[in-house]
Amino acid sequence: MKFSAEKLNKVKEIMARYPEGKHKSALIPVLHIAQEENGGWLSTEAMDHVAEVMNILPIEVYEVATFYTMFNLKPVGKYVFEVCRTGPCMLNGSDGIIDYIKEKLSIREGETTLDGMFTLKPAECLGACGYAPMMQLGKHYREHLTKEKVDAIIDECRRNAANNN
Amino acid sequence: MKLLLEHAHVEGIRYYDTYRKHGGYRSVEKAFKMTPEEIVEEVKKSGLRGRGGAGFPTGMKWSFLAKPEGVPRHLVCNADESEPGTFKDRYLMEFIPHLLIEGLIVSSFALGSSMTYIYIRGEYAWIVDILEQAITEAKNNGWLGKNILNSGFDCEIYVQRGGGAYICGEETALIESLEGKRGNPRIKPPFPAIQGVWMRPTVVNNVETLAAVVPIINNGGEAYASIGVGKSTGTKLLSVCGNVKKQGIYEIDMTQTVEEFIFSDEYCGGIANGKKLKACIPGGSSVPILPANLTLKTAKGEARYMNYESLADGGFATGSMMGSGGFIVLDEDQCVVRHTMTLARFYNHESCGQCSPCREGTGWMYKILKNIEYGKGKMSDIDLLWDIQRKIEGNTICPLGDAAAWPVAAAIRHFRDEFEWHVNNPDEAQNRNYGLAHYADPIHVPVSA
Ligand SMILES: Cc1cc2nc3c(=O)[nH]c(=O)nc-3n(C[C@H](O)[C@H](O)[C@H](O)COP(=O)(O)O)c2cc1C
Ligand code: SF4
Ligand code: FES
Repeated sequence: MKFSAEKLNKVKEIMARYPEGKHKSALIPVLHIAQEENGGWLSTEAMDHVAEVMNILPIEVYEVATFYTMFNLKPVGKYVFEVCRTGPCMLNGSDGIIDYIKEKLSIREGETTLDGMFTLKPAECLGACGYAPMMQLGKHYREHLTKEKVDAIIDECRRNAANNN
Repeated sequence: MKLLLEHAHVEGIRYYDTYRKHGGYRSVEKAFKMTPEEIVEEVKKSGLRGRGGAGFPTGMKWSFLAKPEGVPRHLVCNADESEPGTFKDRYLMEFIPHLLIEGLIVSSFALGSSMTYIYIRGEYAWIVDILEQAITEAKNNGWLGKNILNSGFDCEIYVQRGGGAYICGEETALIESLEGKRGNPRIKPPFPAIQGVWMRPTVVNNVETLAAVVPIINNGGEAYASIGVGKSTGTKLLSVCGNVKKQGIYEIDMTQTVEEFIFSDEYCGGIANGKKLKACIPGGSSVPILPANLTLKTAKGEARYMNYESLADGGFATGSMMGSGGFIVLDEDQCVVRHTMTLARFYNHESCGQCSPCREGTGWMYKILKNIEYGKGKMSDIDLLWDIQRKIEGNTICPLGDAAAWPVAAAIRHFRDEFEWHVNNPDEAQNRNYGLAHYADPIHVPVSA
């Protein structure tokens, strides 16, 4: 993975938001961009590229990437279902939704379907407790989940994937 | 009484023109005719207490900010919102982003911060766009940038996305993260007011706190202080979740009883599906859970109110806390052991790992709770849990350790029989729907500490 010219400009713009000499502050936002560009996860190669672009040591990047939950250090499916399972969501049936996804996609928590389409990543509270059960899918939240909604989301992902090929 | 959400339902209030038409940015016009000291004075008079969870007086915090010659100062808005049960800041930012931007401009001027940051939890990715658009609109209309309103004051606001870590809500961890590092809390002192981000004097405030600065400046600190009761001044946002009819965001002036708040149609509308109230966690997952009787009444049998003092009445033995305003309600079918287990898992996942009591203790608590929940626990495990939580509390660098210990302690204190039931009925414990009805119970005698 190497940043495109457009992304490189975005990275430079983010680095300029901090005082002189403090551009390391941009690391987490830049890692988000790198992860998006690299198919949803951070390979060593992608992290090394970030280090080079930001002019910091690779170890400084690894340290941070391993700390934060949102950074995937292994490949993930095209669509990652991050279903919240913390108390408030549990009170409104998140366990049932997780079980349903497992059964429907024949995967366990943390696994990816054989066709590389879906990953189930159990999540802790995402700040949508009043709209439970919920999951994060890409940039957005899907809330008030039911089995029917999960079916529709899976179909929607499959359709989108087919249209993009 | 609505101060923050007054215009929340106006169509298009997310955008500048509509927001301005409804009185937006008046506080900036007013503030720039005042001195920074006068603004701090108004905030002091308002009695505003930090809405991030700790309830520290905002005006006092602002007056602690060091002002060494030639060193820039920074205001950082804490939008990390990750305490289970809490989703109020999200509502403000998503629907009335300009209210936060307006509050940030006034506060930046008061504190002398020309580079102000909003640190937002990484998962709120789409809200970053909403905030950045509001910032651009504000800038295009002359409320941000160079020489704002010919005051000579320059200010830029930047949004920084986090990477998914609850601990980054703790202010010194947030500062580390803002510097592009792991979110390990710092040892205090030095406090951020002296050495914060990039070792410069820094104020970290919650989203709701900074939004509340707008009505304080518009109407004056005294007017704000006249709302509410005692030291609980102004209005407070509550995010309600769990088993009530109407989950969501409510703005209250803190004069309501808990009973009114849960059962009246104006607020939560009662318990969902005709069930009974079993328990309540009134201020986010870290604060003690209360059984129904202690939720509605204090140990002295008086009505409990929705404010800082009344929710805390009785200390941890029979009371709880206002915390972050994340109001979690459990109905009679819910299992306190299972709920507590999910919270223990949460804190274990979110511990930064710097201190052994927190790193190891949260892991042990989760493991033991999981055993009990799945019918593999022993009676002695309950005492062991109690012992572990006591050894964490007060022995760590940051308050996450306490936050992990309190929910476990309170669950055992008030629902010990439910833990014992799991041990005595291992087969049934596998079955999920078996809540023990506590609504009729007398007040439990706290386990001696
Ligand atoms: C583990 C932990 C998590 C926290 N999370 C948040 C948070 O998500 N948002 C927040 O505003 N404050 C959070 N706080 C409180 C902050 O440390 C800090 O007190 C607060 O941002 C100060 O702002 P205020 O005075 O306006 O409340 C957290 C504290 C701890 C110990
Ligand atoms: S108490 Fe826990 S989260 Fe806080 S510094 Fe220690 S290990 Fe980290
Ligand atoms: S508990 Fe699931 S979003 Fe908060």
